Amino acid sequence: MGAYIVRRVIAMVLMLIALSMITFLLFNVLPADPARLTCGKACTPAVIAANRHRLGLDDPLYVQYEKFVKGIFVGRTYGSGTATFDCHVPCLGYSFRQGEQVTDLIKAKFPITAQLAAGGFILWLVSGVSIGIIAALKRGKWEDRAIMGAALVGYSFPSFFIGLLLLYFVQIKWHLVSFAGYTSFFDSPSLWFQALILPWIAIAMVQAAFYARLTRNQMLETMGEDYIRTARAKGLKERTVIGRHGLRAGLTPIVTAAGLDLAYVLGGAIITEQVFNLDGLGKLAITSVIDSDLPTITATVLVAATFIIVSNLIVDLLYAIIDPRVRLA
Amino acid sequence: MSQPFLDVKELRVQFPTEDGIVNAVDGVSFSVQKNETLAIVGESGSGKSVTAQAVMGLINRKSATITGEVFLDGEELVSASKEQVRSLRGKRMAMIFQDPLSSLHPFYSIGRQLVEAIKVHQDISKAKALGISRDMLDRVGIPNPERRLKDYPHNLSGGMRQRVMIAMALLNDPELLIADEPTTALDVTVQAQIIELLRGLQKEFGTAIVLITHDLGVVADMADQVVVMYGGRVVENAGIEDIYYRPEMPYTWGLLGSVPRMDVGRHERLEPIPGQPPSLIRLPKGCVFRPRCPYHELVPGNRCDDERPDLVPTSASHAVRCHLEPAQRREIAAERLGSPAMEET
Repeated sequence: MGAYIVRRVIAMVLMLIALSMITFLLFNVLPADPARLTCGKACTPAVIAANRHRLGLDDPLYVQYEKFVKGIFVGRTYGSGTATFDCHVPCLGYSFRQGEQVTDLIKAKFPITAQLAAGGFILWLVSGVSIGIIAALKRGKWEDRAIMGAALVGYSFPSFFIGLLLLYFVQIKWHLVSFAGYTSFFDSPSLWFQALILPWIAIAMVQAAFYARLTRNQMLETMGEDYIRTARAKGLKERTVIGRHGLRAGLTPIVTAAGLDLAYVLGGAIITEQVFNLDGLGKLAITSVIDSDLPTITATVLVAATFIIVSNLIVDLLYAIIDPRVRLA
Repeated sequence: MSQPFLDVKELRVQFPTEDGIVNAVDGVSFSVQKNETLAIVGESGSGKSVTAQAVMGLINRKSATITGEVFLDGEELVSASKEQVRSLRGKRMAMIFQDPLSSLHPFYSIGRQLVEAIKVHQDISKAKALGISRDMLDRVGIPNPERRLKDYPHNLSGGMRQRVMIAMALLNDPELLIADEPTTALDVTVQAQIIELLRGLQKEFGTAIVLITHDLGVVADMADQVVVMYGGRVVENAGIEDIYYRPEMPYTWGLLGSVPRMDVGRHERLEPIPGQPPSLIRLPKGCVFRPRCPYHELVPGNRCDDERPDLVPTSASHAVRCHLEPAQRREIAAERLGSPAMEET
């Protein structure tokens, strides 16, 4: 078990290094010139060249990468002489568009995305899994058909469409939630909830439909296993057969899917944040792409990908705890 | 003879499917005494496993129609409530299955699965249940039972797993043990050990055993009475001696002819039974075995095509479902099976 964890952590670190290289390359392959973006209309070639030098963009690629990585761990200072600015640890670059260090931007936006992701995640997991279990237990009956039909419809609607419907009816037509926008929980729990409930539903709807189908199929498969028959042959009550023997095995694959999906949303729910005007990582990513704000693009991609890699490891470790057969692997 | 411990009468199991009703078990009757082993023999799809699961109440009553009677020590189970049958399962009647790896839960330790089986039926402490489990593992010949309790099914070999399954079935001292192909998934040396184990345990506990198998070697080792099933029906029901030395049904002859024997020369080829088992949805009007039977022409007037034979007793412990005349059957059997049949008759 210990060796397994060590092996997985080493693999994760290697993956993160590769990932940072690829995103860094992306930064340099894109047709936008970061130096050109540092000054406005009054740019002259001389100013651009000076800025390029100040930002270290005239160094060879490997030197730039080295500085980038160094910046993450020890910070870095741009420029020279009087015109310098410090980029503190962990420095992922400096956004001239926003006039701020990218790390600070991400730190400011992340809490909103995290709240959005966490609420949506709980909502979709609880509703999706319980609906899926009900459908599996009522297999072939009208409950099952209704649930699976609804899930198919839910799964087919894009989240922005559901988001817009919710906005139009719940907020604009029926005035069920306020127009105040995002408010911190500590300022007003009620406004906080009103601002987030619609995006939670929008995110959860598609996912819940997916999880309902996944759970139903998993449960049906598990309930047909030989060990379920053994559990019944022991004389266990049907409740115990389903709860202790069926769910334990049937829900294990859901852990994998849930971990990765949560990580994905944590990296920024681009569409939902845009539709509901929430100032999170997704919106930051979109804005930076529109503005050709390269350091920010690189950083958001890096952060989102890191979430996926880390959650992959967590899921695998969880799996080893749930399924004793994995420990050998 | 006392009242049999398990008495199955005219058991019928039908599954409705989109293609029609599947008559998986079609009027099966047999009985087993305590201390006795009854073997149910037949090809895949002959209804033997479904029969066993119906007796155990393991067939979902919503997905199948079950009729007939199953008496366990005088108590009727087909009409009993689900709860009543559940309380008997694992307590008075227990079952072991073909594939011990897939039949044990992969996520729970052996100890936990055994303790659970005890605690459903007995109100005792976990420590005490663990003790019983350990003793039972020891009894079924598992070395180091204390350590095995903490192991998971995947840590054990196939034979050990089947021993665990047997231990699990015996935890509550059941009076009836149904073994559904208990040795099929195991290699030959382990098969012999498992059969030996079951025989020893039967002697010790006086259990009634229903052994479901297609392996006639296993039958010869263990059974007292043999029920041969074909197409969801019993086609021959006889004592072990009669089945091997005086079989009277063409299908039984076919089964015996397709098993390698030590007492005949190596040059003799095994004879497979031609054709396929029947579809259980559209059974032929006459004898179910007619399409594969090489002797139907000996019966005059197309009776094999038009008339379904009844299971007719030929002696106190022997019944056969066949239109052939008894004298004809004995003659063909003697000819097909060679010397052993001659000596005995």
